[in-house]
Amino acid sequence: MSRTPRKPSESRARGAGPNRSSLSGVLASYRSHHLKVARDSAHRLLAAPVASAMTWAVMGIALALPVGLLLLLTSLQGISAGWESAARVTVYLGGQVSDEGAGQLRSQLTGRDDVAEVVLIHRDQALAEFRANSGLDEALDYLDENPLPHTLLVTPVDSARNAAGVDRLAGQLGSLEAVARVQVDLGWLQRLAAMTDLIARAVWVLTVLLAAAVILVIGNTIRLAIENRRDEILVAKLVGGTDAFVRRPFLYTGAWYGLGGGLVAVAILQLAIWWLNGPVRELAVLYNSEFSLRGLPLDGVLGLLLVAVALGWVGAWLAVRRHLDAIEPGEIAGAG
Amino acid sequence: MIEFRQVTKRYDSDHTALRHVSFELGRGELAFLTGHSGAGKSTLLKLILLMERPTAGEVRVGGQLLNTMPRRQIPYVRRHIGAVFQNHQLLFDRTVFDNVAMPLEVMGVSHGDIGRRVRAALDKVGLLSKEKMNPVQLSGGEQQRVGIARAVVNKPPVLLADEPTGNLDPELSADIMHLFEQFSQVGVTVLIATHDIALIESMGRRRLTLSQGELLAGQARRAGARA
Repeated sequence: MSRTPRKPSESRARGAGPNRSSLSGVLASYRSHHLKVARDSAHRLLAAPVASAMTWAVMGIALALPVGLLLLLTSLQGISAGWESAARVTVYLGGQVSDEGAGQLRSQLTGRDDVAEVVLIHRDQALAEFRANSGLDEALDYLDENPLPHTLLVTPVDSARNAAGVDRLAGQLGSLEAVARVQVDLGWLQRLAAMTDLIARAVWVLTVLLAAAVILVIGNTIRLAIENRRDEILVAKLVGGTDAFVRRPFLYTGAWYGLGGGLVAVAILQLAIWWLNGPVRELAVLYNSEFSLRGLPLDGVLGLLLVAVALGWVGAWLAVRRHLDAIEPGEIAGAG
Repeated sequence: MIEFRQVTKRYDSDHTALRHVSFELGRGELAFLTGHSGAGKSTLLKLILLMERPTAGEVRVGGQLLNTMPRRQIPYVRRHIGAVFQNHQLLFDRTVFDNVAMPLEVMGVSHGDIGRRVRAALDKVGLLSKEKMNPVQLSGGEQQRVGIARAVVNKPPVLLADEPTGNLDPELSADIMHLFEQFSQVGVTVLIATHDIALIESMGRRRLTLSQGELLAGQARRAGARA
């Protein structure tokens, strides 16, 4: 026999490393071991497709729900932000105001410090637009004269483009003699903003809860996997497997569960957006809005997958901490 | 190689498994550990494998004191101790080859080296032709030899065996013992716990006898031999 036993002192110095190989050899072997473990744990998941698919589906749904709500929320915040920056005051002039009077008023308002731009919509132009958009073409033909007044669209300067500034401007414009009515659309925008803030908080609470649920689901799944591979763990520990070595396949399993769940979530989201976007656009057109549901951008997809993998890993890590370290090979040797 | 000094192991307040056990096994020495059930044989082996810690006294393997070994160092100690059990502890979800390869895998040995060394170990126990089989297809004696191949595949300086011939007929038992003798001839320290008095007497080797946790014989011999 060619084997010669080595002295522990000599081999202990090498620690976890394999035989007298170079550092690069150790790293190569470490990497190939990781690849092998990753492949093995993926194979194990695919060998039980139904059970794995169910875990993936649970994770996918739990992830898709908060992410979907977050997407909806960003879309809503998009509207209110867009409108606030374009906050305009609509000034309807009295019916008796002539073309010249409207033009003078426009020049006068343009001169104000807090006004950036004033657009005059002539009453004839307004009627033409109304005719085109409302579908009341024939009904309008019965009218003797144009019932619409001249309209001024007043855009405040940037510094006045806030709730207080717009309020003050609207008040001053309303007190002008030629002005019949002033309309500011900020009221419902503010309500929308307050509502999206509230929804945002609720969504974040939901996100945290569902993330915890995902971790628990994965943790429980990994716990079962640990029970199933108990013998293997005992033997691995007996022949000198480190904790890291014994944990590794389970951590990879958790990460694979996470990746699968993330992919299911992305699929659910894309399907839902595709299915909802048609009706949402139609609805938005009725409100004269460009609003549409935003899909998940590529970096969002990657981020979601990354978070899913991380959640799977954390769930596995918790299960492994709790259950794996408790398995000690002491029970192998019988009593006596 | 293995050194016990006044080792006491107490499990609960009333059950004392080992009392003041002292002995020393040198490099290449082969010894038997005997005593009836409950005498403390398994406890003694568990102390060497760091499955248990002594209540009092010192346990040394290869000159290293195990008492104060931190938990995360335990795997590295176990890599220098091959262990064979009566129920072999083989895994039936993989081939004979993969079973024997486990100690090398946990050490991070490269793929090529694993193949070479596993086949060398299987050749040694005469099972090279069965490397691709599942251990469940093998006979009891063959399974035990796979267990031995796994215990020696990484060439540990210490080999422990707990009732390695427990279920085997005398002829197979003699074969297994012959294997252990060969390992001790190349310098492996071998400690075999067994009931098989006939076998022990036929081998004429050193004998450590435990009775109710106390060592009756064998502690003085070869006290000077050191690893």
